[in-house]
Amino acid sequence: MGRNRVGLATTRRRRDEGCLGGESALQFIRENSLMLRRLLVVSAIFLASSCCVIGGVRIGAVTCLTGALSTFGVSSVQGAKLAVEDINGSGGLLGEPIELIVEDNGSKAGEAATIARKFISQDKVAAILGDLTSSATMEVAPLAQAAKIPLLTPSATNVAITRIGTYIFRSCFIDPFTGKVMARFALDHLHATRAILLTDVKQDYSVGVSDAIRSYLTENGGEIVASISYSSGDTDFRTQLTEVRGERPDVIFLPAYYTEAALILRQARQLGISTPFVGGEGWDSPALVQVAGKSADGNYYTNHFSAADPSERVKAFVEQYRAKYHATPDALAALWYDGARLLFFAVKRAGSADPEKIRNALASTRNFEGVTGSISIDENRNASKPGVILTIQNGETRMVQQVRP
Amino acid sequence: MDRLIEIVQQLVNGVSLGSIYALIALGYTMVYGVLRFINFAHGDIYMLGAYSGYLLAPFFSHFFKFGQFDTFTPQNTLFILSGAGLVMVFSMAICAVIGVLIERIAYRPLRQRPRLNVLITAIGVSLFLQNITQYRLGADPKAFPQLIPVHVVEGLGNLTILTSQLAIILATILLLIVLRLIVMRTKMGLAMRALSLNPTACSIMGVNNDVVISFTFALGSALAAAAGILVSMDSPSINPLMGNLPGIKAFVAAVLGGIGNIPGAALGGLIIGILETLVVAIGFPQWRDGIAFAVLIVILLFKPTGILGKVEREKV
Repeated sequence: MGRNRVGLATTRRRRDEGCLGGESALQFIRENSLMLRRLLVVSAIFLASSCCVIGGVRIGAVTCLTGALSTFGVSSVQGAKLAVEDINGSGGLLGEPIELIVEDNGSKAGEAATIARKFISQDKVAAILGDLTSSATMEVAPLAQAAKIPLLTPSATNVAITRIGTYIFRSCFIDPFTGKVMARFALDHLHATRAILLTDVKQDYSVGVSDAIRSYLTENGGEIVASISYSSGDTDFRTQLTEVRGERPDVIFLPAYYTEAALILRQARQLGISTPFVGGEGWDSPALVQVAGKSADGNYYTNHFSAADPSERVKAFVEQYRAKYHATPDALAALWYDGARLLFFAVKRAGSADPEKIRNALASTRNFEGVTGSISIDENRNASKPGVILTIQNGETRMVQQVRP
Repeated sequence: MDRLIEIVQQLVNGVSLGSIYALIALGYTMVYGVLRFINFAHGDIYMLGAYSGYLLAPFFSHFFKFGQFDTFTPQNTLFILSGAGLVMVFSMAICAVIGVLIERIAYRPLRQRPRLNVLITAIGVSLFLQNITQYRLGADPKAFPQLIPVHVVEGLGNLTILTSQLAIILATILLLIVLRLIVMRTKMGLAMRALSLNPTACSIMGVNNDVVISFTFALGSALAAAAGILVSMDSPSINPLMGNLPGIKAFVAAVLGGIGNIPGAALGGLIIGILETLVVAIGFPQWRDGIAFAVLIVILLFKPTGILGKVEREKV
């Protein structure tokens, strides 16, 4: 029995190899005609359904719900959805409820662009909210600009993004601000002069902040004794950290995202490096403390928002968020809540779902009161707003100080 | 002297990374040996190994209290290692069962079909495993429980070796010895070797090829699971896509060593691990992932059979 089967397999294989490419297209269609016909019907239904939905203002939101940056993405959507609920609860926009179409870029390069094309050509959105990271927004922004669809990113901080065109806006501060705050904090508060810069060369965010740190620090009496690079996705940073240890710095700048930052902090402490690390908003995730454990203690990072902020507006937001999601909002939730609201109010002021009018309304946003501070859009379509410096102690995040722009 | 220590240091880092690739590469190479096909879902078995450990650890923690010790002492070493060992053995068993099921459900029905079908199915299985894990357990990275205390091994001077790195290297050596014994000294191992030489003749001799193939999948998956646990002890952040890149690099390692050749896979893994570490050490961290593929191109151009592979007409 077994012999027969194996014997059959060999002859079969040989015949198949001879046939590679030999099967004509016509034959293929004839053999699969039923399947092809079904496929046609299904795609026709899809097309029909996507053309005929009539609803309120459509906003496309693109972020990273899965993959390496998923905790960011999940928070961001929760923040944005809270804003949608707020608006829809009070009558919606232009008399109709908002339709927020959320798509996931999987934290993968190239996906965001595909999603943007879908938003523009298939969903016909009035505006795009996102992406979350600078690198992904860089993919989306040129497409939005070319299609003249306004794009507002609530969290991409790289400088170059809003230079892409007149339809590209952001509601957060930019990398030079983060870098300046980090460097100033190290100089004034930690009295550190010999610094090491650890840069994630794969992330525009990390590169942008690193440049700002370098220029501020060297202009104000500090010194970068070594600039060391790594790539996101790595899990073993001992090679780089061995070099760091040899330099004996006063401070180590780590403008990284939490996945790598947590492992770097952990491995650094294991190698006996006790120097404080100073990071940026990329650290802001519960996963950082979970993975780094005790190694996270005694380090600092800058952020857009602190849930411990005593202002009434923040308190109300934190309560509303907790009631719905049973979690404390992180900066991404707050930023996207603000970003989504800012965009919705721009639509309201525009009084129309026309992209051109929404663009003009966005450009004229002044002193928009959000939970992450008062937001004004400047002539470069960037937001100027305050930031905070946080520290981690016993796994808890505490606010050290607030920083004005 | 400092230079020498640094070289030794990087070699140790490279060997511990390479051990992981070696363990995964063994599964690729064994499956290729008996079935002549690349199981692209193998990297995801490695991920499932880490997740099995993550889900099992709380049960064992009632007794072993993972994380209670900060350092190894002569008194607690055996206790800690038996706890970590149990988690590892159970995860290996779970993944062995998963590996056998995958073969039974997804690959066996296609065995008489062109090899391309089963290759594409393997990619499908890989995507399925990644996405079902994201769906059931969440896409965010999870913190892996601390099975063994991780600290610098004392008494090595300027050489920094962590207990987790040592655990990886020692566990890999142990597993390689066990694998060697299974393949060379047992009847099942004999059947595996026979099957890889000639499936038809093998079944004429009364070997049940299906059982041998299932066993091969179980063995390969168990080794991948062990790699997943060992890696998570060292860098305790696990996510559903963690198997992607190591899986592909281990595949390169298997090709480099000569696919189908068991010592070759181990050797290939070590070479890729050391090369990667050296590329980072000389200051090109962006090339870390690229180097494995550069090696693949070179090997396919100049020695397609790999370092230890034999020339077989069928492969060409």
